[in-house]
Amino acid sequence: MGMTAIEKILAKNSGMDVVKPGDLVVVKVGTAVLYDNNFAPSIWRDILKVHNPENIVVVFDHRVPAKDIISATAQQTGRNFVKKFDIQRFHDVGAKQGISHVLVADYGYALPGSVLVCGDSHTCSAGVFNCAARGTGAPDMFYAVTKGETWFRVGETIRYDFQGLLPPAVSMKDVFLHIADTYGSHANLNVEFGGTALPELSINARRTMTTMCAELSAEFATFEPDQVMLDYVRERNPTSFEEQYPDEDAIYLDRRTINLDEIEPLVALPDTVLKNSQKVGEVIGTQINQAFIGSCANGTLDDFAIAAEILDGNKVSADVRLIITPGTQNIYLEALRRGYIETLIEAGAVVTNATCGACGGGHLGILASGETCITASTRNFKGRMGDPDSKVFMGSPATVAASAIKGKIADPRDFLN
Amino acid sequence: MEFTGKTWKFGDNINTDLILPGRAQLFTEAEQLRCVFEANRPGWVDEVAKGDVLIGGYNFGMGSSRPAARSLRNTGLACMVAESINGLFYRNCVNWGFLALECEGIFKAFKEGDQATVSFVDFTVKNRRTEEILQGRLVPDVLLTTMKAGGVLPLLETEGLIGSAK
Repeated sequence: MGMTAIEKILAKNSGMDVVKPGDLVVVKVGTAVLYDNNFAPSIWRDILKVHNPENIVVVFDHRVPAKDIISATAQQTGRNFVKKFDIQRFHDVGAKQGISHVLVADYGYALPGSVLVCGDSHTCSAGVFNCAARGTGAPDMFYAVTKGETWFRVGETIRYDFQGLLPPAVSMKDVFLHIADTYGSHANLNVEFGGTALPELSINARRTMTTMCAELSAEFATFEPDQVMLDYVRERNPTSFEEQYPDEDAIYLDRRTINLDEIEPLVALPDTVLKNSQKVGEVIGTQINQAFIGSCANGTLDDFAIAAEILDGNKVSADVRLIITPGTQNIYLEALRRGYIETLIEAGAVVTNATCGACGGGHLGILASGETCITASTRNFKGRMGDPDSKVFMGSPATVAASAIKGKIADPRDFLN
Repeated sequence: MEFTGKTWKFGDNINTDLILPGRAQLFTEAEQLRCVFEANRPGWVDEVAKGDVLIGGYNFGMGSSRPAARSLRNTGLACMVAESINGLFYRNCVNWGFLALECEGIFKAFKEGDQATVSFVDFTVKNRRTEEILQGRLVPDVLLTTMKAGGVLPLLETEGLIGSAK
C-alpha cells in the first residue's frame, strides 16, 4: 500500500516502515521554533535542560519592538534563554528580525523530509518545503525542546493538483479562498499539493497557500518536492536532507484538480473564510476604514511588488489607513532597494517594521468598534484585528491595494493594464 | 473517571479568538479567564459553574495555538464534548490537561441545560433527561493519561526538565 508525502515523512521520522491514517506516531523533531509569546510570563516555565540547542530557533515576532511591559519582559526572558543554552539561530529585534514562518523560509531552516514544530498555528507554512510542519501549543514546545520528540495523530490526505496559469491580478490568496469557499473545513485532514503548474509558482506563492491551510484547520499541508524548491533550500542551508515524494499508489481521501486559469479575485466576508467568499464584483463598494497587507502569509516581495504596481501614481483614499508590514527586515530592505517602499509611501501607505502586527490585533493597526478592514493576512475571525464589533474582509494584496485607493472594496483588474 | 454536570452549548467552528481574544494573549491566567467568550457570549464566565460540561459542534477550537484550552479548564468546566475537535486545539486539551471527547451526534442529543454524564472510561455520554447514550471516540491511553495528569508540564517538571510554576 502506497503512502502520501506526509505519511512518508512521518514514517521516516518515527522509525516506522508504514504509517497510515488512524495511527498515533511519535516522531523526532528536527527543528523547534520558539517565539516571543512562549516566553510570556503567563506561559513560560524555566527550561532546565534542552535536547539539542542546534535544533532550536528563537524568534521574536508577535510584538516587536516590544509594545508594552509584558512583551518586553517576555523578550528579556527569551534573551536569557538564548544565552543560557547558547542558541545560535536567534532572531532578535534588529537586522535578522521577522515573522518566524517567513524567517524559516528565508534562512532555509525547514529541511525537506524533516519535522518542524512551533507554537504558532501558521507553522504549516513550512510544508512548502516538503516538511512535516505543524503548529502546536506552548506545552508541546516545552516537550519538543526538552525531549526532542513529539506526537501526531495521522489523518487522511486530500491531494490538490494545480494546472494552468494564474490570470493577471490573481494570486495564490485567491486560489486559497476558492478552495476554502468550495470545500470548506479540512479539519483533521492533511492536504498535499502538486501538479503541472508548480514550475510557474514561486516559493512565496506556494507558501501563501501552505500558510493559509491553518485556516482550513488542516493537520499538515505539504508540497510535493520539485527542483525549484530543492534549489531554494540548498542555496540557504548546506545540511543534507531526504525529501519525500508521494508513492504512485498513495491512497488519498480525494483528488481535486484546480485550474488556475479559471480563478478570479475573491473576497472572504467577515468572521470566517470557510464557505464564505464572493467574487470581488459582488462586494464592490463596501466602505472600508483600514487596509492591511502583511503577515506570514502575505508579507513577501511578491506581495509588495503587486501592491506597488497598483498604487503607483495613485493615492490612498483619505478615508482609509493602508498599513504595510513586511514579513522580515530583509524583505523590507529589498523592497526598499527595488523602489516598492517609496511608491507605497508616496501613495499614502504606512510601512511598519517586520512583525505579526495588525494581523493578530496585537499592535500597529487595531480596529475600533464598527470599523471595517480589508486584509491580506491570515485570519478574519470576529474581533481578530481589534474590537469584537469590527469587521474584517479578506482578499489578495492586489485587491487590498485597489480597495485602499477607492476607499471601498474594489477590483484590482481595474488598476492593471 | 466520570462526570455529571449541566451542559452549555456552543456551535460549529468555535474559534480560539472567541475563547481567548488576542488582546488577552499576554494577560495573566486569571485575567484571561475573565475574557472567555466575551465577543460571542458576554457574561458566560459568571454563569458557568464548577463541574459543568461544554457541548460543542464541528471543529471546535479552530484557529490559533494560544492557551485557550487552559482558559476553558480554568472556568471550572469538568470536561467538553464536541462533534469534532480541531487538531491543534485537541493537542492543547491534552497538553494543558483539559478533558475533551469527540462524539458524533452530541449536538442534537442535548438541549442547553440538560444534565450530561460523561465517562472517560468507556467514552460514552448520557443525557440524563432523555436517557439517550452516545458512544464517543476512544482517547488513546497515552493521551488520556496526560490529560488526566493535568497536561505535560507536571510530567516535564517531575523529570527535572522544567522549573516549577511561579
